[in-house]
Amino acid sequence: METTKNYFFSDMSVLLGRSMRHIFRSMDTIITVTITPIAMMLLFVYVFGGAIQTGTDNYVNYLLPGILLITIASGIAYTAYRLFMDMQSGIFERFHSMPIARSAPLWGHVLTSLVSNAISVVVIILVALLMGFRSSAGVLSWLAVAGILALFTLALTWIAVIAGLSATSVDGVGAFSYPIIFLPFISSAFVPTESMPSVVRAFAENQPVTFIVDAIRSLLAGQPVGNDIWIALAWCFGIMLVAYVFAMRVYKKRA
Amino acid sequence: MLNNSIQVQGLQKSYKQLHVLNGVDFEVEKGSIFALLGSNGAGKTTIVKILTTLLKQDSGTAAVNGFDVAAKPDDVRQSISLTGQFAAVDEILTGRENLIMIARLRHLENPHQDADDLLNRCSLTDAADRAVATYSGGVRRRLDIAMSLIGKPKVIFLDEPTNGLDPEARIEVWKTVKELAANGTTVLLTTQYLDEAEQLADRIAILHEGKIIANGTLSDLKKLFPPAKVEYIEKQPSLEDIFLAIIGKKEEK
Ligand SMILES: Nc1ncnc2c1ncn2[C@@H]1O[C@H](COP(=O)(O)OP(=O)(O)O)[C@@H](O)[C@H]1O
Ligand SMILES: [Mg+2]
Repeated sequence: METTKNYFFSDMSVLLGRSMRHIFRSMDTIITVTITPIAMMLLFVYVFGGAIQTGTDNYVNYLLPGILLITIASGIAYTAYRLFMDMQSGIFERFHSMPIARSAPLWGHVLTSLVSNAISVVVIILVALLMGFRSSAGVLSWLAVAGILALFTLALTWIAVIAGLSATSVDGVGAFSYPIIFLPFISSAFVPTESMPSVVRAFAENQPVTFIVDAIRSLLAGQPVGNDIWIALAWCFGIMLVAYVFAMRVYKKRA
Repeated sequence: MLNNSIQVQGLQKSYKQLHVLNGVDFEVEKGSIFALLGSNGAGKTTIVKILTTLLKQDSGTAAVNGFDVAAKPDDVRQSISLTGQFAAVDEILTGRENLIMIARLRHLENPHQDADDLLNRCSLTDAADRAVATYSGGVRRRLDIAMSLIGKPKVIFLDEPTNGLDPEARIEVWKTVKELAANGTTVLLTTQYLDEAEQLADRIAILHEGKIIANGTLSDLKKLFPPAKVEYIEKQPSLEDIFLAIIGKKEEK
């Protein structure tokens, strides 16, 4: 018991190294993950953008937070997929019959999800810069944005873990992410919620994506964030905690 | 006791209504090759999973390398390695990277050196730096076994190691397994084929309907078989004979 605990971090870094190789050797996953959000960004900015009244003069600035969340929501489908493939191939069984911490293979996937989503987010921000995104945010605000996005990624990653562990076919493994990808559309991500009919508006103004988007948007604009950031963080923490507890139970049972 | 690497007593396991193991008993002597012979669905994988700490038995006891699998799973894991029924290799990594990864996870001093040694030993040097996805079934299986040899575990479990391989690859795998036992490692392998058990094992146990119905050396078991009848029939060469004859000719050229 002592030894497996002592080696936990070195084991996890070996496993992280393994899945990072997967990501860099199949760069198409990064492309697949980022291409749709980029296309959406182009579409909204250059096609719909003229017709959307947001009260800002730079629609790319307005739109970017929501696009980032959509990127992460598509990225975690691959986390679930990689996990599912490991369960199928029997490589998890090999790991579990070895003297390493039982949860190390799972944490390897969780870390990989963080790193690969961070890469996708950077790609999207670079494209947004080309399209005219500008920010007056200072270092602290950027750090806060990074923190919120990391927390959001972790929360969704644990949902992805549940999906990856309980899926029965490759085709079904990513399906859980579709509704999550869709959530930003019924939020303040693309248009102000004031323009929505009352029922939709009530949903939009109270769902987590709106708080997260508003917090990031204010941070990037160098404006005071108010309570949005705390509500956003509370949502992320809450989802992460529930998903984590549930995922660990599935892991104990299935793997 | 100390001469046995594996000791199994009264092992029972059910999946819901399905009683797979109904009191399985056997022992495996240190440094020997033990074959668990049984048809598809007999419960071979279930036994292997219990012995490798992946699955808990309902009742009965099992000890590997002197450690009880239920009470001391960490000690058991230190002593064993598993080559599962389906090749558990990383497709995207190269063969060498797969071996280095396992060596690191076993916290060995020189992962690169160990990987090199095993690549040589299992005749994998040519394929070492290609992605595993490009490997043929036989090469993949040899890598799979090589990964289990890293860190010199005392007991090795091979679950149907030649399942799905062509005759030539099968013989390659047999060769690797035989070398293992020559080095003093205890091997428990499962198989559906009598000839494989015959080729490799010091002792053979037949698993049928949840129990070991026969357990002994090949000659012990042969006594239990119906007496051989002497009949004169024209023996058609089997597909395997033909295949091997052709391959043999090719190599002579
Ligand atoms: N997780 C499981 N849930 C339910 N039934 C199972 C499970 N695993 C195996 N079985 C059943 O138990 C029996 C024995 O399986 P197994 O040990 O894999 O046999 P073998 O390896 O000898 O082919 C089979 O009938 C199989 O369908
Ligand atoms: Mg089996």
